[in-house]
Amino acid sequence: MRLDELRERLKEIPQADARRLQELKTELLGRRAGALTEILKTLPTLDAETRKQVGGAANALKRELERAIDEREQALARGKAARTGQGIDLTMPGRPVWRGGLHIVTQVVSEICDIFRELGFTRAVGPEAETERNNFFALNFPPDHPALDAQDSFYLGGDALLRTHTSPVQIRTLEHYPPPVRVVIPGACYRRDPFDASHSPVFEQIEGLAVDDGLTFVDLKATLATFARRFFSPDTAVRFRPSYFPFTEPSAEMDVRCQLCAGAGCPACKQTGWMEILGSGMVHPAVLENCGVDAERYTGFAWGMGPQRIAMVRHGIPDIRLFFESDMRFLERFSGIDSR
Amino acid sequence: MIVSRRWLEALLGRPLVAQEVADRLAAQCAPVDAVIPLHQDLGAVVVARVQDVKQHPNADRLTVCVVDAGGAAPLEVVCGAPNVQAGKAYPFAPVGATLPGGLKLERRKIRGVESNGMLCSAKELGLGADHAGILELDTDAAPGTPFLDAVPVRDDQIVLDVSANRPDLLSHKGVARELAAGLGGTVKLPTVGRPDGPTGAVPSAVRPSGHQAVVDGVAVRLEDPEGAPRYLIAVLRGVTVRPSPAWLAHRLSSLGQRSINNIVDATNYILFEINQPLHAFDLAKLRGPAVVVRRATASERIVTLDGVTRSLTPEMTAICDAERATIVAGVMGSADSEVSQSTTDIVLECAYFQPTRIRRTRRALGISSESSYRFERGIDMLAMPEALARAIELIRAVAGGEMREAPVDLWPEPQQPRSVFLREDRVAHLLGVAVPRPEIERLLSSVGFVAAPKGERLAVQVPGWRPDVTREVDLIEEVARLRGYDSFPVELRPYRLGTVPDAPAEQTLDRMRETLARAGLFEARTLPLGPADAPDAIAVVNPLSAEEAHLRSQLLPGLVRRVEHNWALGQRDVRLFEVGTVFRPSGRGADGPSSLPDEQLRLGVVLTGARHPSHWSAQSSKVPDMDIWDLKHHFELAVAAACPACDIRPAESGTGWVALESDGGEQRGWAGPLEADAPKWAGSLLGLEVRIAVGAPSLPRYEALPTQPPVLRDLSLVVPGGVTAAAVAVVLRRVGGTLLERLDVLDEYRGAGGGLPEGTRGVTWRCTFRDPDRTLTEREIDALLGRMLSALEEDLAVRRRQT
Ligand SMILES: [Zn+2]
Repeated sequence: MRLDELRERLKEIPQADARRLQELKTELLGRRAGALTEILKTLPTLDAETRKQVGGAANALKRELERAIDEREQALARGKAARTGQGIDLTMPGRPVWRGGLHIVTQVVSEICDIFRELGFTRAVGPEAETERNNFFALNFPPDHPALDAQDSFYLGGDALLRTHTSPVQIRTLEHYPPPVRVVIPGACYRRDPFDASHSPVFEQIEGLAVDDGLTFVDLKATLATFARRFFSPDTAVRFRPSYFPFTEPSAEMDVRCQLCAGAGCPACKQTGWMEILGSGMVHPAVLENCGVDAERYTGFAWGMGPQRIAMVRHGIPDIRLFFESDMRFLERFSGIDSR
Repeated sequence: MIVSRRWLEALLGRPLVAQEVADRLAAQCAPVDAVIPLHQDLGAVVVARVQDVKQHPNADRLTVCVVDAGGAAPLEVVCGAPNVQAGKAYPFAPVGATLPGGLKLERRKIRGVESNGMLCSAKELGLGADHAGILELDTDAAPGTPFLDAVPVRDDQIVLDVSANRPDLLSHKGVARELAAGLGGTVKLPTVGRPDGPTGAVPSAVRPSGHQAVVDGVAVRLEDPEGAPRYLIAVLRGVTVRPSPAWLAHRLSSLGQRSINNIVDATNYILFEINQPLHAFDLAKLRGPAVVVRRATASERIVTLDGVTRSLTPEMTAICDAERATIVAGVMGSADSEVSQSTTDIVLECAYFQPTRIRRTRRALGISSESSYRFERGIDMLAMPEALARAIELIRAVAGGEMREAPVDLWPEPQQPRSVFLREDRVAHLLGVAVPRPEIERLLSSVGFVAAPKGERLAVQVPGWRPDVTREVDLIEEVARLRGYDSFPVELRPYRLGTVPDAPAEQTLDRMRETLARAGLFEARTLPLGPADAPDAIAVVNPLSAEEAHLRSQLLPGLVRRVEHNWALGQRDVRLFEVGTVFRPSGRGADGPSSLPDEQLRLGVVLTGARHPSHWSAQSSKVPDMDIWDLKHHFELAVAAACPACDIRPAESGTGWVALESDGGEQRGWAGPLEADAPKWAGSLLGLEVRIAVGAPSLPRYEALPTQPPVLRDLSLVVPGGVTAAAVAVVLRRVGGTLLERLDVLDEYRGAGGGLPEGTRGVTWRCTFRDPDRTLTEREIDALLGRMLSALEEDLAVRRRQT
């Protein structure tokens, strides 16, 4: 049978009923004795030129026949469905699978660490149980000083305590690595604050530390302002205010424009238009000296912030206890998955 | 620290706007927690003049007053005060006004006479304790003038969060000093008695002495100069203890301090004005009379002012008379020494107590006071004579009395002001901006430093009220904050990469979290503190509560509590994981000076509820619950991610599995069903916990993807009791060799029917054979299967099932 004869058969397809369609399919495309299959089988016997010509035309026709048969099959199926009232309702929900997700605090920590990674900071970690020396004294807390009051600690016996900040990792890092040092230090910290809406005896902190030749207060301001603009929004206003930490001098608190009221004043920012985001300062020379770093030559800056607090500010989460309760609805809501 | 705007105005001699003060202080020295306007609730009160006073017709003690309150016509007001007089002005609350405390005035009849408002006492206005009569006003203001405009009581509290290094900001003078530096002006102490008036002369002669001296018949001995490096005593005779004058009571009440009597109020006034705590005690109660400053003895007891018996230790300094301790130095006095209504002669103590001594004492005794708070942070040791002189002046102004002899000043080792050197280039080195020397000098001198050039450097004399400034960097901070942090540019400068590699532990944890979240679990963060979860759980010495008294030694108990929390909320499907630290006693013994616990990173998982979400297309609306086989899958996932060098084995006891190190066999993980406080409708609870080995994952290598077709053969086997699937797989693999590419269990059959011998089960395995280089023949495979079956029969008595 010639190809053009076969092409004529195309016209029959749209009119065929289900049974006729099955016959046509076998007759034309059947793998054993279909007419088109027969033609394709003869191809190896032809000379190169003819083979190319016939082969191309035969394959094109094959595709056309297949498409026509497919379309007719679907039309017949639709007709059958309509007759029996069993149409597919495509608005019915799809088949779901369980989805998981990361804790919102983990996400915020990663996001913060990622921003600082772009600014050259790697991550460093240390133990959660620490010595008084690393947690306080090497950080220039004088013994028996009222500055210790803000750091009410859980003791484990002897001079072992649960770290009150991630700052002891500054000490561990400076004792083990020569400058330049650029690290961010995420981790859990502990203070003897009973649970309430904004306090938890356990909380997450991210500390940062940069020590090198020639680092100044200008670098501190620029680095932290850059962070704030990356994390919140490019036009976020920041301000720096004097503060006090034994391990930095000068010390500075950084505020960002309230993310909720854009500075107009609201309950979240106590009507000030600003939100306290982190504490910072130039590394105190005594800290460098305690770690065997030449404080005449090297300078540095450090800061600390609370990812839980930042998450609360950014997402409007009213109570820090929600982070620990592990209510599946809360975890799902903040898992980074689009909720239905 | 609460400061009063009006008090600051008196010191600076200029009007101030509270919010501007707050902004300036926040930008320059200390955060401001709040600005609280005082007496806002008196807005409706006006000045009224009483025109006539008549006897109330039905009550002896009441009067009916005709009052001009600025309205169109005079009002009739019933009054119960004995001091009401025609022609005088009083505060008047009209009908509709709400007074402090919430009393809303209504027009009402009092013993048959209608009263149109109320003439008010000081107490009713929240201006003091005096309620014996109504408050007579010394004012020419027209009737109807708002009370707050006519009488200078309007004030603002500015609540400062003063850091531990700045004791100077714990007084109005110190705060005013900062404001003068920032806003201009100078600080002058007002003449006492008339607080808003000009400066008065200050008599300040003291008699310098060593360890002991006598003043006006009182022997003073300083036996503990370590605890009290400087100790001044004055004796005042013939004072009259009585209520404070209104101005003094107002000053204190503007800070929220209660007025007690003129002597105590005067000492408190000095404390809040210039940061010198003082203690006045009754000379008549002093045995000897003597004042002895010494370490307390081990068995010494004292009944402090709050009525509690306190045991002292030699770590504390006691103020004693000739016989006994009467005061815990710097912290609290006793009823046995305190000034009372009958006191006529007082001993006035002006001391410097060693800060750490005070801190330890007040912590040991669990009491603190405004005085101990200041001693602990360090007061100005150099300005004590001036402080004492001002206190004497104030006490004489409000309580009378005379001083027969100049105060004694016991100061065995006098100190000079400290000098700190500052290099100009070091300022730029740290701050990143060059600050010219004249500007440095100007900034430092604005808050009391005295700078003088000494060679290339500046020699800076530190005032006595700044104990925090001890080294060059402290002066650089002063320059930075006084210049203003805003004056330094935000300019990202080039930096060098650091030497610290990114923490492998963090990378490992990131991977764990990804793996579990992808498997459909949510990350939980539970509290590392809880009840003891093991016999050797590490206890916190000073826990907040018994429920949070131990560090966790495993993750699962905390996760189970979280599941129970979800159940309590009616949530049946809970799938949680946590990566976190657990704490174990270190092997090093607990006696060492720094025996820190061992910390391990763990991964914990809890699963309960439906295996997958329900879907309308399913045959049954009930989705099967997760069971131990779901758990085993998660365990395999967890072990592969957390400790790949481990094998999973059935647990020795109970239903469950363990992960054992391939070399050494140490257990690193466990999985199995968990006990919990479950509601009836809950599914079974399953959990696993794995210790995380920190390290990079092994990198996959490329292997050529197969091009030859596989050959699949299913083997239905009769497996006798006691033979495990793992044992069968070992034999199949051993014999199948490299041609056996995969081995999967297709089904398991147990039960009496189907012709299986008693005590056996049927297990069907699918074997996938492939040779990478050639097509396998049927004959080859049949031969191989034959050998595999023989080996099974021989080794395990496992036979092919006859169908
Ligand atoms: Zn706001």
